Amino acid sequence: MPRPGFVLEVDRSTPPILFWRGENFTLEKLPADRSRVIYAPEPHRVIDDIDGAIRHSLLNPIDMDPLPTLLFPGMKLSIAFDDISLPLPKMTRPDIRQRIIEAVLDMAAEAGVDDVHIIAALALHRRMTEDELRHQLGDRIYDAFAPRGMLYQHDAEDPDNLVLLGETPHGEEVEINKRAAESDLLVYVNINLVAMDGGWKSTATGLASYRSLRHHHNTHTMQNSRSFMDAHKSELHKSNWRMGEVMRKHGPKIFQIETTVNNDTFPKPFDFLAKREWEWNGRDRAKFIAAQAGLNRTPSRMARNIFHGIEAPHNMTSIQCGEVEAVHKVTTENVWKQQLVEVQGQTDILTMGIPFICPYNVNSIMNPILVMCTGLGYFFNLYRGKPLVREGGVVIMTHPTPNEFHPVHHPSYIDFFEQVLTETTVPSELEARFEKQFAEDDWYRHLYRTSYAYHGVHPFYMWYWGSHGLQHCGRVIIVGGDAPTVRRLGFTPASTLNDALEIASDVVGRNPTITHLHTPPIMVADVK
Amino acid sequence: MIAESLAGRRIAITGSTGFVGTALVERLLRSAPECELFLIVRGGRRGAAGRVKREILNNDAFDRLREELVGTAEEFDAMCARRVHAIDGDISVDGLGLSDAGRAQLATCDIVIHSAAAVAFDSPLDSAVEVNLLGPVRLAAVLNELHAGSSTKPHLVAVSTCYVAGNRRGHAPELLVSEGPFDIGLDWRAEVDSARRLRGDIEAASRTPHALERFRADARRELGAAGAPALAAKTEQLRDRWVQNELVQAGRSRAASVGWPDAYAFTKALAEQAVFETKGDLPVNIVRPSIIESALAEPRPGWIRGFRMAEPVIISYARGLLREFPGVPEGTIDVIPVDIVVAAIIAVAAKGPSAPFITQVASGSTNPLRYSQLVDNVRDWFTAHPVHDAEGQPIVVPDWNFPGRGRVQKQLNRAQTLVTRGERLLQSLPLRGTQATWSAKLEERRIEIERALEYVELYGLYTECEAIYSVDNLLGLWDELDAADQSAFCFDPRAVSWDHYVQNIHLPSVVEHARVKMTPGKTKTDRSARLRANVLSPARQVAAFDLENTLIASNVVESYSWLATRHLNGPERMRYVLRTLREAPSLLSMDRKDRGDFLRYFYRRYENAPVEQIERDAIEMMTHIIVAKSFPAAIRRVREHRALGHKTILITGALSFNVESLRPLFDEIVAAEMSIRPDGTYSGQLSKVPPTGETRAQVLSDYCDANGFSLEECVAYADSTSDLPLLEAVGHPVAVNPETRLAAIARKRGWLVEEWEKAAGAPKKLLPLAPMMNERQR
Repeated sequence: MPRPGFVLEVDRSTPPILFWRGENFTLEKLPADRSRVIYAPEPHRVIDDIDGAIRHSLLNPIDMDPLPTLLFPGMKLSIAFDDISLPLPKMTRPDIRQRIIEAVLDMAAEAGVDDVHIIAALALHRRMTEDELRHQLGDRIYDAFAPRGMLYQHDAEDPDNLVLLGETPHGEEVEINKRAAESDLLVYVNINLVAMDGGWKSTATGLASYRSLRHHHNTHTMQNSRSFMDAHKSELHKSNWRMGEVMRKHGPKIFQIETTVNNDTFPKPFDFLAKREWEWNGRDRAKFIAAQAGLNRTPSRMARNIFHGIEAPHNMTSIQCGEVEAVHKVTTENVWKQQLVEVQGQTDILTMGIPFICPYNVNSIMNPILVMCTGLGYFFNLYRGKPLVREGGVVIMTHPTPNEFHPVHHPSYIDFFEQVLTETTVPSELEARFEKQFAEDDWYRHLYRTSYAYHGVHPFYMWYWGSHGLQHCGRVIIVGGDAPTVRRLGFTPASTLNDALEIASDVVGRNPTITHLHTPPIMVADVK
Repeated sequence: MIAESLAGRRIAITGSTGFVGTALVERLLRSAPECELFLIVRGGRRGAAGRVKREILNNDAFDRLREELVGTAEEFDAMCARRVHAIDGDISVDGLGLSDAGRAQLATCDIVIHSAAAVAFDSPLDSAVEVNLLGPVRLAAVLNELHAGSSTKPHLVAVSTCYVAGNRRGHAPELLVSEGPFDIGLDWRAEVDSARRLRGDIEAASRTPHALERFRADARRELGAAGAPALAAKTEQLRDRWVQNELVQAGRSRAASVGWPDAYAFTKALAEQAVFETKGDLPVNIVRPSIIESALAEPRPGWIRGFRMAEPVIISYARGLLREFPGVPEGTIDVIPVDIVVAAIIAVAAKGPSAPFITQVASGSTNPLRYSQLVDNVRDWFTAHPVHDAEGQPIVVPDWNFPGRGRVQKQLNRAQTLVTRGERLLQSLPLRGTQATWSAKLEERRIEIERALEYVELYGLYTECEAIYSVDNLLGLWDELDAADQSAFCFDPRAVSWDHYVQNIHLPSVVEHARVKMTPGKTKTDRSARLRANVLSPARQVAAFDLENTLIASNVVESYSWLATRHLNGPERMRYVLRTLREAPSLLSMDRKDRGDFLRYFYRRYENAPVEQIERDAIEMMTHIIVAKSFPAAIRRVREHRALGHKTILITGALSFNVESLRPLFDEIVAAEMSIRPDGTYSGQLSKVPPTGETRAQVLSDYCDANGFSLEECVAYADSTSDLPLLEAVGHPVAVNPETRLAAIARKRGWLVEEWEKAAGAPKKLLPLAPMMNERQR
């Protein structure tokens, strides 16, 4: 039986705690008697017979007929799947998506369906490379479908392949992939890494266009999603659910397949990274020292390759399919089971180590804007109830934050950093002044469609993701960050954690309470 | 009684745009209020009257007069309109090039002061002869002609120089050279003929095949593969410069061979002789000043015009550039303030032909300034008031040890050779960006050394001159003056206190004039920002971009390699790499000679390549070669231009299918086009001339003509001298990551230089090969 999550009260005997710093990590001593560390629950058990479970689920969906009964010869079948942003880190082969799609394709073949399109639900993310697609779907599917043009990636800027399904009562346009919309059945294959994923967000976001996305990817929505991990309190989800209503009425029949994975994040020899420090044995300590010494001597480019080469041992803990909302309710419960940790009360200072990866830099670079988004967007929002840090409190992140961008994946981020952040860091202001220009830029559009670039507007979304955190916190400090870059983000650079605590004392006084979010692995703090 | 005797007189003046001339005009207008002036000025584009207003009356020398004429600027203008007349004339032309009206005006003048001269010590021999020697002869001839048969002829006062006495030690009397003891009997007419012949000879020598070859080679070294027209222009410029240099050398050598320090003094000496011989019964007086420097008191202390002889030396010294300067410390450096010279000229003019034939205006015999005294004063002053370098740090002036001229020259020559070699070496290396600035520093250093060398050659002789110019005639004239004249027209050299003059009058004026930095603190040059704002002004119409090293850090060889290896397996790749590396040196040297030839040769490799496959692969290549290696700031700049409504045009020697992916950035892409065979493969041959070198300028000019744009309103971005024709053609050139030679040119011409880099996170690959495909993918 895996142990549940745990909140450690730091005392004098507590060993130094692990802080991630991009492609590296350090051990930091936290002040005794006023600090606590939140640990995730231990990984839940993976389903033994995954293929059996998939088949069973497809045959016994929730609030829907079994999949085979929905398939008939001559039908248009589309299978959409989550892109490379999930799960993190990438899964060892075979990926869950491959297993599920193979099972769906088997059933389709049995039913004599031959018009099948497989569509990566990219939204405004970058296109995946052939290698990445092969990793997710396996060579068999890739070789059978890709050469015939039946496996491709959603293009949110292809006017010929989008269709407007209608508007919500709030005036939100629902425009999604035309092939998906015009299918007799749309099967969506999801991996629900965090509670934000899945539900109507899969289709209403993953297969949508900028015209549609802008209604919920904006400062107003994000500042009113508290948090976006908690669908009931999330404006983001409310908007997606309204759009789901439009899809239910005017869109295709959707067969939603959702899965959850456990939080077994690191393979050997990195497994110590998920362990609680006081339980490290001699070998773990040796591994830590060796890894840190090695990484200190490794050029960042090479360290990046090492970390992005990690394939996580995590795997499927549940699968449920059928009607979108009913399925998602079960999925969310399963996610909470793995990730929820009860925490008593808020804190003055929230510390977090920013790791090498976030959903938008797989096989890429964690650039300064993604550092902001990971810290203030994702990690800050890993709460249910109340934010972990009190209003006006301080967030301290540790990350080197170099002024480095991937020129192929993040071209508009470079210009966002040079042209927008030099003018303002206020989300609503940069939204009003610059978003349209970036979103409608021909060059970014060209790169998004033909190269491997995130959409021109994507850096704005990253900034909006952090807007609730930005609004909530009194100060944000990045320890070990490149000073000019950190200042450009509107944050305060500090060289050590102690310096950062000193700087924070201006805002929270001399004896603040401190809480460290020991992520990864991912968890959600249920703040009472 | 000087003012009275000049009252109602009409005075013609040559050389009034010069230092002495301007001071003379000002002094006459202010101190002799009843005379009228006729300024003989070469008209040129603005016309004589325009030049008089612009170049003479607008000079700050007249500020005092403007103030003294109580009232407004109109009062000054009215006075000038009444008393100052411009005559269009040129003393280097027989008959002075006067119009009939001009001749008529000149005929009414009763005093003519000739102060026009080619004062540069390094004038080419023939122009020194034409201006300095023949100028006064022509003037005298015209005056004789205008007054032929008349008994009252105008009085000609010619300004010469003390240095006509030549290189000699000791006493130099106020006599014609031919009357002195050291005359060697030169015939001025023979010197004129030989100088004119020399010009022809040197011109001819500069056109021999051998010489032209050399100029071409030098031009190529300076410009690289900039295309035939640019090279031709440069070659002709170098030839012209060589001819000038040879004539300067000839002047110096001829002067030295007959005992004068330089062509200036030599031609002036012959001029005195020539005027004396040809003047007939025209009354002539000669005034010989020594080295004229800033004013002692009139029109204001320190007034100076133009950068004169001592100033560049002083400034170079203050900047710490002249570590040594030759000279005899106890020797006399014969300096005389300009207002003293002017007053002496006026006194001679006022006295009329009865004045002594020659009057020397010099300080050496009555109030000598020792060379060591001057150097000490200069050093003390700059120690107290140091010049500051670009970093805002004060510059410590060196101590001079007064070594011989030979030694200084030898040291400088050695340094020059060393620096020149280093510079050539750097230029031959493929450097860019910050490394290219090393060469800039070396170039600066070389120019400094060359300048120092020039000063030493030119002025060294003057600092070593130990002649003492007697001023008996001057002092005689002085003693005749009444007290009022003495105070209004002071020309007594004994009145100068040298320490005071150097420290409180001359040096502050020199420093102000040279605009050197006298205050600490960094100079904030927002020049680049200003140029950038200019480039990004909505008034611009077209922005033209080169591709390689301007937008992306890649080249045609890389894109070919990527495409060529995309479908190769391991061993095939290895063979490809080895083959390409073997060819690299010859490809490189071909590229340096002629870009167009290189491209044609290199593109043959695409022969038989299937069009369909290449086009498919080119889309993928955009990611790996173009986007990954692009300069984000460059791409941003292209888009800024588009946002401003400018047309953007890409002009590149790359093949069209390789740059097709850049289409959304540009309104027009002009690239090399390869013809396609009926079987769907590339022919390996270009269908038209690739846009390289001067073709690029033509392409842009055609584009502008076709669309009604003006090249003046175009911006061009490029990185190498092979783009020079393009950069020169437009109104707003920008050098991007320039290679050494272009960096030097951009600096000289004040072009905007942009240093654009690849994104810091860009993938770094040793070889530009496509990612390896597995068997399945292939």
